[in-house]
Amino acid sequence: MAAGESVNAKTMTIIVTKGTLDWAYPPFILATTAAAMGVDVTMFFTFYGLPLLLKKLDLQVTPLGNPAMKMPIAGMHMAMPNLVGVLPGVTAAATTMMKNLIAKKGVASIEELRQAAIESDVKMIACQMTMDLFEYKLEDMIEGPTLGGAATYMENALKSDINLYI
Amino acid sequence: MAEHVLDAKGLNCPLPILRAKKALKDLPSGETLRVLSTDPGSVADFQAFCRTTGNDLLESKQDGETYNFLIKRNG
Repeated sequence: MAAGESVNAKTMTIIVTKGTLDWAYPPFILATTAAAMGVDVTMFFTFYGLPLLLKKLDLQVTPLGNPAMKMPIAGMHMAMPNLVGVLPGVTAAATTMMKNLIAKKGVASIEELRQAAIESDVKMIACQMTMDLFEYKLEDMIEGPTLGGAATYMENALKSDINLYI
Repeated sequence: MAEHVLDAKGLNCPLPILRAKKALKDLPSGETLRVLSTDPGSVADFQAFCRTTGNDLLESKQDGETYNFLIKRNG
Protein backbone atom coordinates (compact mmCIF):
# COMPACT_ATOMS: atom_id res chain seq x y z
CA MET A 1 0.00 0.00 0.00
CA ALA A 2 1.52 3.31 -1.06
CA ALA A 3 1.52 6.20 1.38
CA GLY A 4 -1.06 8.07 -0.67
CA GLU A 5 -3.74 5.39 -0.31
CA SER A 6 -3.26 4.79 3.41
CA VAL A 7 -6.03 5.36 5.91
CA ASN A 8 -3.55 7.17 8.08
CA ALA A 9 -1.95 9.85 5.93
CA LYS A 10 0.37 11.14 8.60
CA THR A 11 4.01 11.98 8.08
CA MET A 12 7.21 11.51 10.07
CA THR A 13 10.79 12.62 9.60
CA ILE A 14 13.83 11.21 11.34
CA ILE A 15 17.26 12.84 11.44
CA VAL A 16 19.75 9.97 11.60
CA THR A 17 23.02 11.12 13.14
CA LYS A 18 24.56 7.97 14.57
CA GLY A 19 26.09 5.04 12.73
CA THR A 20 27.09 2.47 15.32
CA LEU A 21 25.49 -0.97 15.29
CA ASP A 22 23.30 -0.20 18.30
CA TRP A 23 22.23 3.32 17.33
CA ALA A 24 21.40 2.28 13.78
CA TYR A 25 18.39 0.36 15.10
CA PRO A 26 15.96 2.99 16.45
CA PRO A 27 15.66 5.00 13.22
CA PHE A 28 15.22 1.96 10.98
CA ILE A 29 12.82 0.20 13.37
CA LEU A 30 10.64 3.30 13.68
CA ALA A 31 10.80 4.14 9.98
CA THR A 32 9.79 0.65 8.84
CA THR A 33 7.08 0.26 11.47
CA ALA A 34 5.64 3.70 10.77
CA ALA A 35 5.60 2.93 7.05
CA ALA A 36 3.81 -0.35 7.81
CA MET A 37 1.20 1.68 9.70
CA GLY A 38 0.58 3.93 6.74
CA VAL A 39 2.85 6.79 7.73
CA ASP A 40 4.78 8.67 5.04
CA VAL A 41 8.39 8.59 6.33
CA THR A 42 11.44 10.67 5.42
CA MET A 43 14.89 9.85 6.83
CA PHE A 44 17.67 12.44 6.70
CA PHE A 45 21.14 10.89 7.05
CA THR A 46 23.78 13.24 8.36
CA PHE A 47 27.21 13.06 10.00
CA TYR A 48 27.85 9.55 11.38
CA GLY A 49 24.43 8.41 10.24
CA LEU A 50 25.36 8.95 6.58
CA PRO A 51 27.48 5.76 6.27
CA LEU A 52 24.29 3.77 6.98
CA LEU A 53 23.55 4.39 3.29
CA LEU A 54 26.76 2.75 2.08
CA LYS A 55 26.25 -0.37 -0.03
CA LYS A 56 28.54 -2.36 2.21
CA LEU A 57 27.81 -1.81 5.88
CA ASP A 58 30.51 -2.37 8.48
CA LEU A 59 28.71 -1.47 11.70
CA GLN A 60 30.44 -1.78 15.01
CA VAL A 61 29.60 -1.21 18.66
CA THR A 62 31.94 -0.30 21.50
CA PRO A 63 31.41 -0.61 25.24
CA LEU A 64 33.91 2.23 25.72
CA GLY A 65 32.34 5.10 27.62
CA ASN A 66 29.02 3.26 27.78
CA PRO A 67 28.52 1.79 31.25
CA ALA A 68 24.88 1.09 30.35
CA MET A 69 25.96 -1.56 27.85
CA LYS A 70 25.65 -4.70 29.94
CA MET A 71 25.73 -7.94 28.00
CA PRO A 72 23.88 -11.00 29.27
CA ILE A 73 26.56 -13.54 30.14
CA ALA A 74 25.94 -16.73 32.12
CA GLY A 75 22.72 -15.41 33.64
CA MET A 76 24.29 -12.12 34.67
CA HIS A 77 24.74 -8.73 33.07
CA MET A 78 28.34 -7.71 32.57
CA ALA A 79 29.62 -4.22 31.79
CA MET A 80 33.10 -3.81 30.39
CA PRO A 81 35.50 -1.54 32.32
CA ASN A 82 36.65 1.39 30.17
CA LEU A 83 40.24 0.35 30.75
CA VAL A 84 39.52 -2.93 28.95
CA GLY A 85 37.39 -1.26 26.29
CA VAL A 86 40.37 0.67 24.93
CA LEU A 87 42.35 -2.48 24.15
CA PRO A 88 42.78 -3.51 20.51
CA GLY A 89 40.25 -6.10 19.46
CA VAL A 90 37.70 -5.31 22.16
CA THR A 91 35.44 -3.36 19.79
CA ALA A 92 35.55 -6.24 17.30
CA ALA A 93 34.77 -8.73 20.06
CA ALA A 94 31.89 -6.63 21.40
CA THR A 95 30.54 -6.29 17.85
CA THR A 96 30.69 -10.05 17.29
CA MET A 97 28.96 -10.64 20.61
CA MET A 98 26.20 -8.16 19.75
CA LYS A 99 25.69 -9.64 16.27
CA ASN A 100 25.43 -13.13 17.77
CA LEU A 101 22.81 -11.89 20.23
CA ILE A 102 20.89 -10.15 17.44
CA ALA A 103 20.78 -13.36 15.39
CA LYS A 104 19.94 -15.54 18.37
CA LYS A 105 17.03 -13.37 19.51
CA GLY A 106 15.43 -13.08 16.06
CA VAL A 107 16.20 -9.37 15.81
CA ALA A 108 16.45 -8.12 12.23
CA SER A 109 19.81 -7.10 10.82
CA ILE A 110 20.25 -3.45 9.84
CA GLU A 111 20.62 -4.58 6.22
CA GLU A 112 17.22 -6.30 6.47
CA LEU A 113 15.52 -3.27 8.05
CA ARG A 114 17.10 -0.93 5.52
CA GLN A 115 15.83 -3.11 2.68
CA ALA A 116 12.36 -3.14 4.29
CA ALA A 117 12.48 0.65 4.50
CA ILE A 118 13.32 0.91 0.81
CA GLU A 119 10.56 -1.55 -0.14
CA SER A 120 7.98 0.40 1.86
CA ASP A 121 8.84 3.65 0.07
CA VAL A 122 10.60 5.38 2.96
CA LYS A 123 12.18 8.51 1.49
CA MET A 124 15.90 8.81 2.21
CA ILE A 125 17.93 12.00 1.96
CA ALA A 126 21.72 11.93 2.11
CA CYS A 127 23.22 15.09 3.59
CA GLN A 128 25.27 16.73 0.85
CA MET A 129 27.47 18.59 3.32
CA THR A 130 28.40 15.35 5.11
CA MET A 131 29.16 13.72 1.75
CA ASP A 132 31.62 16.53 1.06
CA LEU A 133 33.01 16.64 4.59
CA PHE A 134 33.84 12.95 4.84
CA GLU A 135 34.46 12.48 1.11
CA TYR A 136 31.77 9.90 0.39
CA LYS A 137 30.78 9.21 -3.22
CA LEU A 138 27.25 8.65 -4.44
CA GLU A 139 28.37 5.51 -6.30
CA ASP A 140 29.32 3.93 -2.95
CA MET A 141 25.77 4.42 -1.67
CA ILE A 142 22.70 2.25 -2.17
CA GLU A 143 20.25 3.21 -4.92
CA GLY A 144 17.38 5.41 -3.89
CA PRO A 145 18.55 8.23 -1.57
CA THR A 146 18.40 11.76 -2.92
CA LEU A 147 20.88 14.46 -2.00
CA GLY A 148 19.82 17.41 0.08
CA GLY A 149 20.66 19.83 2.82
CA ALA A 150 19.12 21.48 5.84
CA ALA A 151 16.51 23.35 3.80
CA THR A 152 15.39 20.14 2.12
CA TYR A 153 14.98 18.55 5.52
CA MET A 154 13.16 21.58 6.94
CA GLU A 155 10.66 21.63 4.10
CA ASN A 156 9.72 18.06 5.04
CA ALA A 157 9.83 18.67 8.78
CA LEU A 158 7.60 21.75 8.70
CA LYS A 159 4.67 19.82 7.26
CA SER A 160 5.31 16.65 9.22
CA ASP A 161 3.33 15.31 12.20
CA ILE A 162 6.35 13.75 13.91
CA ASN A 163 9.98 14.88 13.74
CA LEU A 164 12.63 12.80 15.50
CA TYR A 165 16.33 13.39 16.01
CA ILE A 166 18.27 10.21 16.69
CA MET B 1 -11.15 -20.30 0.80
CA ALA B 2 -7.92 -21.29 2.51
CA GLU B 3 -6.95 -19.34 5.56
CA HIS B 4 -3.87 -17.20 5.10
CA VAL B 5 -1.27 -17.94 7.76
CA LEU B 6 1.89 -16.02 8.56
CA ASP B 7 4.40 -17.81 10.74
CA ALA B 8 6.40 -15.08 12.49
CA LYS B 9 7.59 -17.31 15.31
CA GLY B 10 11.14 -16.56 16.50
CA LEU B 11 11.09 -13.06 15.02
CA ASN B 12 11.53 -10.00 17.19
CA CYS B 13 10.17 -6.45 17.00
CA PRO B 14 9.40 -5.02 14.48
CA LEU B 15 9.56 -8.03 12.14
CA PRO B 16 6.18 -9.62 13.01
CA ILE B 17 4.45 -6.32 12.20
CA LEU B 18 6.48 -5.76 9.02
CA ARG B 19 5.79 -9.29 7.77
CA ALA B 20 2.10 -8.99 8.65
CA LYS B 21 1.83 -5.72 6.77
CA LYS B 22 3.46 -7.32 3.74
CA ALA B 23 1.07 -10.30 3.87
CA LEU B 24 -2.01 -8.10 4.35
CA LYS B 25 -1.06 -6.04 1.33
CA ASP B 26 -1.54 -9.05 -0.94
CA LEU B 27 -4.90 -9.96 0.63
CA PRO B 28 -8.24 -8.89 -0.85
CA SER B 29 -10.30 -6.68 1.43
CA GLY B 30 -12.43 -8.67 3.85
CA GLU B 31 -10.10 -11.68 3.99
CA THR B 32 -8.32 -12.72 7.14
CA LEU B 33 -4.71 -13.37 8.05
CA ARG B 34 -3.67 -15.53 10.96
CA VAL B 35 -0.33 -14.49 12.50
CA LEU B 36 1.70 -16.74 14.79
CA SER B 37 4.34 -15.07 16.92
CA THR B 38 6.54 -15.81 19.91
CA ASP B 39 7.25 -12.14 20.64
CA PRO B 40 5.35 -11.12 23.81
CA GLY B 41 5.53 -7.49 22.64
CA SER B 42 3.43 -8.38 19.60
CA VAL B 43 0.29 -8.60 21.77
CA ALA B 44 0.23 -4.85 22.35
CA ASP B 45 1.77 -4.12 18.96
CA PHE B 46 -0.86 -5.92 16.87
CA GLN B 47 -3.61 -4.09 18.79
CA ALA B 48 -1.92 -0.76 18.05
CA PHE B 49 -1.20 -1.74 14.46
CA CYS B 50 -4.81 -2.73 13.77
CA ARG B 51 -6.28 0.35 15.48
CA THR B 52 -4.01 2.62 13.46
CA THR B 53 -4.37 0.93 10.08
CA GLY B 54 -8.12 0.35 10.29
CA ASN B 55 -7.88 -3.43 10.10
CA ASP B 56 -9.84 -5.60 12.55
CA LEU B 57 -8.09 -7.68 15.17
CA LEU B 58 -10.68 -10.46 15.40
CA GLU B 59 -8.72 -12.70 17.75
CA SER B 60 -5.72 -12.40 20.03
CA LYS B 61 -4.91 -15.47 22.08
CA GLN B 62 -1.99 -17.28 23.62
CA ASP B 63 -1.25 -20.98 23.21
CA GLY B 64 1.77 -21.89 25.31
CA GLU B 65 4.62 -19.72 24.03
CA THR B 66 2.85 -18.90 20.79
CA TYR B 67 0.67 -15.85 20.29
CA ASN B 68 -2.09 -16.20 17.77
CA PHE B 69 -3.70 -13.24 16.05
CA LEU B 70 -6.49 -13.12 13.49
CA ILE B 71 -6.57 -9.94 11.44
CA LYS B 72 -9.25 -8.97 8.93
CA ARG B 73 -8.11 -6.69 6.18
CA ASN B 74 -10.35 -3.68 5.66
CA GLY B 75 -10.30 -1.09 2.92
